[in-house]
Amino acid sequence: MTTAPTQPATWINACPTHRLNRADGAAVLMPDGRQVALFRTLDDQYYAVDNIDPFTNAAVISRGIVGDRAGEPTIASPMLKNVFSLRTGQSLDDPAVQLTTWPVRVHESTIQINTRAEQGTP
Amino acid sequence: MEELVVIGNGMVGHRLVEALRDRDTGHQWHITVVGEEPRTAYDRVALSSYFDGASAQDLSLGDLTGPGVDIHVNERATGIDRTARTVTTASGRTLGYDRLVLATGSTPFVPPIPGHDRDGCHVYRTIEDLDAITASAQGATTGVVIGGGLLGLEAANALRLLGVNAHVVELAPHLMPAQIDEGAGALLKNLVDELGVTVHTGTATTAIEDTPHGGGHRLVLSNGTHLDADLVVFSVGIRPRDDLARAGGLDVGERGGVSIDDTCTTSDPRIHAIGEAAAHRGTVYGLIAPGNAMAEVVADRLLGGDATFTGADTSTKLKLLGVDVASFGDAHGRTEGALDVVVNDAAAGRYAKLVLSDDATTLLGGILVGDATAYATLRPMVGSPLPGDPLALITPEGGAALGADALPDSAQICSCNAVTKGALCEAIHNEGATDVPALKACTKAGTSCGSCVPMLKQILTQQGIEQSKALCEHFPQSRAELVEIVRATNTATFSALIAAHGTGTGCDICKPAVASILASLGGGHILEGEAATLQDTNDRYLANMQRNGTYSVVPRIPGGEITPDKLIVIGEVARDFHLYTKITGGQRIDLFGARLEQLPAIWSRLVNAGFESGHAYGKALRTVKSCVGTTWCRYGVQDSVGLAIRLEERYRGLRSPHKLKSAVSGCARECAEARSKDFGIIATDQGWNLYVGGNGGFTPRHAELLASDLDEDTLIRYIDRFLMFYIRTADRLQRTAPWIEALDGGLDHLRDVVVNDSLGIAHELEAAMTDHVAAYADEWAAVLADPDKLARFVSFTNAPDTPDPTISFTTTREQPTPDTPLNLGMPTHRSKEAAR
Repeated sequence: MTTAPTQPATWINACPTHRLNRADGAAVLMPDGRQVALFRTLDDQYYAVDNIDPFTNAAVISRGIVGDRAGEPTIASPMLKNVFSLRTGQSLDDPAVQLTTWPVRVHESTIQINTRAEQGTP
Repeated sequence: MEELVVIGNGMVGHRLVEALRDRDTGHQWHITVVGEEPRTAYDRVALSSYFDGASAQDLSLGDLTGPGVDIHVNERATGIDRTARTVTTASGRTLGYDRLVLATGSTPFVPPIPGHDRDGCHVYRTIEDLDAITASAQGATTGVVIGGGLLGLEAANALRLLGVNAHVVELAPHLMPAQIDEGAGALLKNLVDELGVTVHTGTATTAIEDTPHGGGHRLVLSNGTHLDADLVVFSVGIRPRDDLARAGGLDVGERGGVSIDDTCTTSDPRIHAIGEAAAHRGTVYGLIAPGNAMAEVVADRLLGGDATFTGADTSTKLKLLGVDVASFGDAHGRTEGALDVVVNDAAAGRYAKLVLSDDATTLLGGILVGDATAYATLRPMVGSPLPGDPLALITPEGGAALGADALPDSAQICSCNAVTKGALCEAIHNEGATDVPALKACTKAGTSCGSCVPMLKQILTQQGIEQSKALCEHFPQSRAELVEIVRATNTATFSALIAAHGTGTGCDICKPAVASILASLGGGHILEGEAATLQDTNDRYLANMQRNGTYSVVPRIPGGEITPDKLIVIGEVARDFHLYTKITGGQRIDLFGARLEQLPAIWSRLVNAGFESGHAYGKALRTVKSCVGTTWCRYGVQDSVGLAIRLEERYRGLRSPHKLKSAVSGCARECAEARSKDFGIIATDQGWNLYVGGNGGFTPRHAELLASDLDEDTLIRYIDRFLMFYIRTADRLQRTAPWIEALDGGLDHLRDVVVNDSLGIAHELEAAMTDHVAAYADEWAAVLADPDKLARFVSFTNAPDTPDPTISFTTTREQPTPDTPLNLGMPTHRSKEAAR
């Protein structure tokens, strides 16, 4: 497992809240060139995970379907329909696969993502 | 390992090899099969479906060649040396055996009347025979089938399907004398006559000679008349293939067939005989069920078991020329003192007879013609006490309404494979078979003729097995039930539906399914508001996602007809956006490699040039292929291009449980491949033939004929009904072929609904389609006109025009093709591939 590039933890602006509908996702380009898939659930919780699908390497997770499995908020990759927990990034089909997660907050009607990933979030 | 040689690779030989291979877990036997036909075993019982669209491949029972099994086709066995224990073949092979099985079947009997061997005289046994009949039928107007038994009527239907006027000549006073009585035969003759097959009973053919004018054949009949015909098919019975056995000195039956005992062993303890080649207690069975039973006995014996064959159920249920005919048990009332109860309703086209014991308490057998729905319940009751008034059982509702409850455990539910109700209950309770496919796999019940499948469902229900139809963890309802809920409550959104009828927030299974239901019931644009978040991968951005996260674009080209100007626009767009172009299998042009944020600009160019969405991304109508029809083709009989365009424009945008494809062929040469489509249309001299249920994909299927010689308006009405009925009742992602198969009553039921309006919903289905047609608007034009929808088409919310850095292309054959996506940004966790 590698570690995140060392840089100060800063919040970057993703988009205004009105640009992200409930149960929808959007891709965000981070300053270090990484891609984040940002989601808003039906109950207005925000989550950010890798945008790259680890099963195919295509940058498409943000275009998947938001839902739940037994109450756990999930995202289904549009590529081969692998389902991940939005909370932890854990693949719900393959214990060996996990997406990185990032902290998200809403600041003055703008959704912000922290540049320091929460790697290995339990 | 011991050597088993099987001579004959028909259905029964195949069944033996399959049974032995599956059970011989200790690899005791090495099996060698020699078969003289040029292909491995196929379903001879379904042979006639070859004329109704099935290919040789469809009929195939599968090639069992594999470890421990060698199959030699095109290889005729020529001799058996019982001392050396070898079999020799025509190609010079010598095969040693420890045990030998004769599964050589039978040959059609051709009576030695003068002229029986003229050109254009055929038998009806193999796929090659059918090909020869088809060739003879080219340009023929009249054909005669000699023999009015079960196979003879099938042959007559085959002639009919080939466009030939069919006559049947039967020696006995009525049709199907082996299975049914005179009353039933008389009704059957009426029903068959109505279908245009002329029946001549009680007369023999005494000679076949030239007609006075020279062309064709004249059949001289014993009743003093004659029939002129272009081709003749003999179907007067079979003769067991026992020549190898006779030459090898084995005992044969009085009326032919290799004599076998109850263990299916011949007079040589190392040689068995099964199927139509065998004579058991002097009887040669010409049916598949006894042959299968013998195969099972031999497989068991070869592995040290003690199974026996003690005679067979000769019950039959058939649909001959669309007429139900069933005969079971002691149909002719040959038991001492047997009593009959008969309902003969010529007006309604029904004949039903029950044969009862002398005290009228036990069912011995019966005959059903015209309506055989009661067969599934009545046949297993043979030998059991009657559950009620026998007359009530054969009224139109009686027998069918009587359920599985009435049957004892010993009742045989599937007579083809000899599966009892007790065995099915055991599979349900001890082997966990909780649905019809599992019961089929466990017991083989329902895998041959399929007439017992409704009983299998009843038994599951009776045993307390609830068949889960839940769409997913969020909805306990089936897709069809959700359609009804949405229609009845006018629900317009997923949120409202899940709040009222489901749990949780939904998932990638229920969201697209509900989105599709809402769309097909007239729900507006699929990217409007909340609906946008429900759509499956491709519908989400109205394009097909490809492996590197780019999209392909497919504008609609109705019927495959396109102007040079439009072709040039497609070329220019492809060049300007650096897209890979390919002609699709559906007569359209695919433009690959568009990035998400490029889609609006590409579509803006296409829409301006008059193109619209091709719905290549949706579970929706895709293409209607066409040949060139009468406009250009020398053989065309109708305007296939005009009809294909009319159909594609009518049904474009129609959301359905699975993608839909169609095609129209302008003549029987079928250049548009209409019979591989969900609905396909083939022109005839009289109009259009409509075929349904053809599927590509994982389990390819040919479409089957639903209705013939339709005028264009009737055709469109039937397609409207067919499509809407499918949309309303199919399961999620269920293609048309498995949907039709799963309907109770299958294609016949579908025909009843679509053609005869048996459910009384035809008008409503048509009205729903009229609404769809009126509400159609191009999805891409609507996106381009709406800033809110357009706002979704960006690469990154914080850098809307920055291309995804993981996408790059190389050049292959002068066109861009995707590089394997570079994992820039590198997630810290290993991929599935890397983990292996």
